[in-house]
Amino acid sequence: MAEQDWKTNRRVFAAVSLPTFLWVLLFFIVPMAIVWLYSFGENRGLTEIAISGTLDNYKRATEWLYLSIFGKSFAVAALVTLICLIVGFPVAMAITFASEKWRPWLLLGIMLPFWTNLLIRTYALMMLLGTQGFANKGLGVLWEGASWMRTLVGLQPLATWEPVELLFNNFAVVFGLVYVHLPFMVLPLYAALDRLDRSLIEASLDLGAGHFRTIMRIVVPLAAPGIIAGVMITLIPALGAYLTPDLMGGTDSQMIANVIERQFKKANDWPFGAALSFLLIYAMFILIAMQSLRRRAPEVQ
Amino acid sequence: MAVLARTPRAPLEYSRTLWMRLWVGAVMVFLYAPLVVLMIFSFNDSKRNVVWRGFTTKYYEKALDNNQLVEALVNSLTIAALATVVSLVLGAVAAVMLWRFRFPFKSAVDGTISLPIIVPEICLGVAFLMFFAAIDWPNDLVWPFNLGAITIAHITFCFPFVTMVVRSRLASFNREQEEAAKDLGASEWQVFRDVLIPHMKPALVAGALLSFTLSLDDFVITYFTSGPDTITFPVKVYSMVRFSVTPEVNAASTLLIILTVVLTFIALKAQGVKAIAETH
Repeated sequence: MAEQDWKTNRRVFAAVSLPTFLWVLLFFIVPMAIVWLYSFGENRGLTEIAISGTLDNYKRATEWLYLSIFGKSFAVAALVTLICLIVGFPVAMAITFASEKWRPWLLLGIMLPFWTNLLIRTYALMMLLGTQGFANKGLGVLWEGASWMRTLVGLQPLATWEPVELLFNNFAVVFGLVYVHLPFMVLPLYAALDRLDRSLIEASLDLGAGHFRTIMRIVVPLAAPGIIAGVMITLIPALGAYLTPDLMGGTDSQMIANVIERQFKKANDWPFGAALSFLLIYAMFILIAMQSLRRRAPEVQ
Repeated sequence: MAVLARTPRAPLEYSRTLWMRLWVGAVMVFLYAPLVVLMIFSFNDSKRNVVWRGFTTKYYEKALDNNQLVEALVNSLTIAALATVVSLVLGAVAAVMLWRFRFPFKSAVDGTISLPIIVPEICLGVAFLMFFAAIDWPNDLVWPFNLGAITIAHITFCFPFVTMVVRSRLASFNREQEEAAKDLGASEWQVFRDVLIPHMKPALVAGALLSFTLSLDDFVITYFTSGPDTITFPVKVYSMVRFSVTPEVNAASTLLIILTVVLTFIALKAQGVKAIAETH
């Protein structure tokens, strides 16, 4: 039986559709519409905002300062996505081809951090990366080991270890975002790889292709939809990330979400913040549109 | 290790190659080491987090004595519970609507329902800040009504996830069951209650778990929606991390991590690992 036309059973349709429609309208569309309207407004006095239809907020957003922050956010998000893909792909492969006994536990291992509170995970990472943290201590031990090796072969020992600043810079932001978003990448990759027809891989191996070549020429093209899904699922939240750059970044590692937050919590320039928010949303839409175009392309051929 | 394997490795057993195992092991260490260190150091008898100075539980006592922290945790759990219940109902009903009916502008409605998943958190937070300011939402209600604004915001971004999960479950529903029930004289409501809901149950459990964790996890949207007097656990931890790092944060975080693990295992008991995995 196919889908029912709504007119054949209006009473049931009303019962299931009204709560959803009302909620989405009242608590999603109306708030978004308010942001959209305010983005064409200007501050009059301290608390009053007049929606005057001005485009000044958007004009201001094209200033070099804001454009560069947009560009930087894209670059950081793209880099994070790429690292997640490189790190996550072998993990997804390993889960796919793991034995029945192990697969659920590996999956759980990837998912448990995903369920854990984001703030706690960020905080845990900060503890580890601080100048007094274990990452620095580990590097210090390696350094001293290297120094000792040099004295063994008769060279001058290295200078004493100075803790490196692993926190509050761009490195920390990328590292933190990779840490947070890795499960987002692995799960869709696994879902795609799991659906793969294994006989194709076996055929490729039988016909003499190496493992690496099989992965690049057979597995990757077949899993492309999953790879694209993983990229989008990682790229979109990374682009709008607020917490990681705020807590782990330095003064120069602000991303677009931090600029938006400042307009509301500190600068008190709501219309400009609203305009920036909508620019970010438009950017998401463009990304998603690009994805659906790519998905449609093979069907045309 | 592959070296020690008793049976030879089949070509497709990639997970039995040594470098794959090392890679997965390294990723697991990367994912878990920070959390494990955080949990271990919550028992450390030292103000600064770096050197082990002996076992103590005093930071747990301190965290549980910190009224603001406890209040924040209770608020967070209350919001998560309320948001989960409403999201489940809304999400399931929306899923049934999209699954069962054909109606004008269906794809637009479908897209709008899943939009809160895609819209960046910060934009949603800003939208709720402006919305509640524009309608003059009262700030001074008594508990638990002062949590209303946050709960509404959480429901908006939680229920699309429930819809997604329930819908994919409904796809495997055999509509003949519904017809059989109707032929045997069941009313629409009885069909829904006795045929459809039992079929949706695994998805409902997964959806409930998903919205509970999402709500408990959310910082950004809550940060924008909460009034001056309503504080949730992530917002409280944020201000503690921001201004002074104390082992109390470790202790409180450890409690929440344990709660997460327990919840996950309850879900596993209910469904099995594979079913949970498939919801993502």
